[in-house]
Amino acid sequence: MVDFHGWSMPINYGSQIEEHHAVRKNCGIFDVSHMTILDFEGEDTELFIRKLIANDVRKLSEKYSGLYSAMLNDRGYVIDDLIAYRMDNGFRLVVNCATRGEDLRWISSKVRDYKVTMEEREDLSMVAIQGPGSVEVLKNFPAPIDFLKDKKRQQGIFKDDIFAAKTGYTGELGFEVMLPNDRAIDLWKRAITEGARPIGLAARDTLRMEAGMNLYGFEMDETISPYECNMGWTVSLEDKERDFFGRESLMKLKESNDLKELVGIITDERAILRQGQKIHLEKENHARGVVTSGTYSPTLKKPIALARLPKSDSKYCFAEIRGKKVEAIIGSPKFIKEGKTIFKERS
Amino acid sequence: MSSNNQFRYLPTHEWGKIEEEGILTVGISEHAQDLLGDIVFVELPEIGDLLEAEEESAIVESVKAASDVYSPLTGEVIEINEKLLNEPEIINSSPLEDGWFFKIKLVDDLSFDNLLTEEEYNATCEE
Repeated sequence: MVDFHGWSMPINYGSQIEEHHAVRKNCGIFDVSHMTILDFEGEDTELFIRKLIANDVRKLSEKYSGLYSAMLNDRGYVIDDLIAYRMDNGFRLVVNCATRGEDLRWISSKVRDYKVTMEEREDLSMVAIQGPGSVEVLKNFPAPIDFLKDKKRQQGIFKDDIFAAKTGYTGELGFEVMLPNDRAIDLWKRAITEGARPIGLAARDTLRMEAGMNLYGFEMDETISPYECNMGWTVSLEDKERDFFGRESLMKLKESNDLKELVGIITDERAILRQGQKIHLEKENHARGVVTSGTYSPTLKKPIALARLPKSDSKYCFAEIRGKKVEAIIGSPKFIKEGKTIFKERS
Repeated sequence: MSSNNQFRYLPTHEWGKIEEEGILTVGISEHAQDLLGDIVFVELPEIGDLLEAEEESAIVESVKAASDVYSPLTGEVIEINEKLLNEPEIINSSPLEDGWFFKIKLVDDLSFDNLLTEEEYNATCEE
C-alpha cells in the first residue's frame, strides 16, 4: 500500500504483470475513488463549462455521455485533463486527485462570475471495470448498471444515484461506475464473484501507457500546451465565438516553430525506458527530447515509452540509459488497443 | 565447513551460499525480489570477470526500478545462470534456489563468516 495524495492505495495486489494481463485478456476491477468528482448545476452551467475547458461540451448531444478535455490556464497550458459528462441539470467533471487543490482553486476563482454551483461529490466512490470480459460481467450486474450493455463508448446511464459510463484508462472495453460510498463494496464484491480481478496502481500505469493515455505530471503539466502532449485533438476551435480560458494564448502557441510532439518509442534492447531519460534524435548529439513515461510493456514484452521530441521525420532515436545510448524506434504514441498492437512505426 | 549450505547476506539484499568448497553462489533475497516486484531484465557478469566484494556485479531491472547487484565477496566468476536472461521471472518465484545469479571462486573462504547471518539480515530489513 502507498500513500497517494492522502489516499491509501495498493500498488499491486500480487504480480503487477499478471494483473496487467488479466485486464487485456479478461477483466480487472480498479478502485479509483481517489478521483475527484465535481457536479455543476445552475442556469449558466453550459456557458461556464464551455468557457472552462478546451473541448466543447456542445458535442455531447446525449445525456450521460462523456468527453475528454484539457482545462487550460491563461497561458494555454494544461492545468488538468478530465472527462466531462452531460447530466440531467448540468455537467459532471471527473478530474485528477493529484491536481485536486489546484483545480478547485482555479475553478472557484472563475465560477463566481456565473450562476453556477459546484459541488464536490465526496459521498461517491468510483470503480472501473475493464477488459474484454467486462462485457459479460456487465450483463450480470443488477439494474441500472446492466442497461449500459446497449451503450457505445463514452455513453452512460444514470439511475437511483448510480452513474455508469463506458469510459476507462486502459484501452480495453469497459466501464466506470460512480455510486454512493456505502454501496461501493457490494459492487466490488459482485464484480469479483463475476470474475473480475483487483488491479493496483502499477498495472493501471502500464495499461494506460500501452494505450497511449496521458498521466498528469508526466505527459503534461502547467508548462505544456495540448499540442505538445497529443491532446490537440481534444481542443475544439470550431465555434469561433467560444472564448475558453487559454484560447488566445493557445492560438499563438500553435503557430510557434519549436513545438515538440509526443511520440511512442519502442526498443529491442534489454533496458527499461523510464521517465526523465534524455533522448537524442538520429545524428544529433544534443539531447532535446525526454521520456515522459516509460515502462516494460507486458503485452509487447519490450520496453516502451511516451517521449516528447523535437519535430522531425527521424525513424530512430537514442535514449540515454545508465550512461549508454540505447536505440529506439519512433512511432505513434499508442501501442495497444483492445488487446491488439496498434503501434505504427514512422514510414 | 560449518558454513556449508547456509545463506549469508549483504545489507544490500544479496545472498551468498557455499555449496562446494571455495565456490560462492550469489543471488538476491526474498525481501529484495518482493521490493522490486516483477523482474523483466537481468544483466549478468561474464565468466572470468574478477569481482570485488561489495562491487557492482549485475543489474536487475523490474517494471518498477533498476537495481545494482553487489557481489558479497571477492572472486572470479566461474558460472552464470543464463536461464535468467530469458526467464528473469524465476528470480521472483525462486529467489533463493533456481533464481541464483552467478558463482564465484573465492579468493578468501574465511571472509564468508563476515557476512550477515540470516537473522542479522532479517533484522536490517525490519528497520
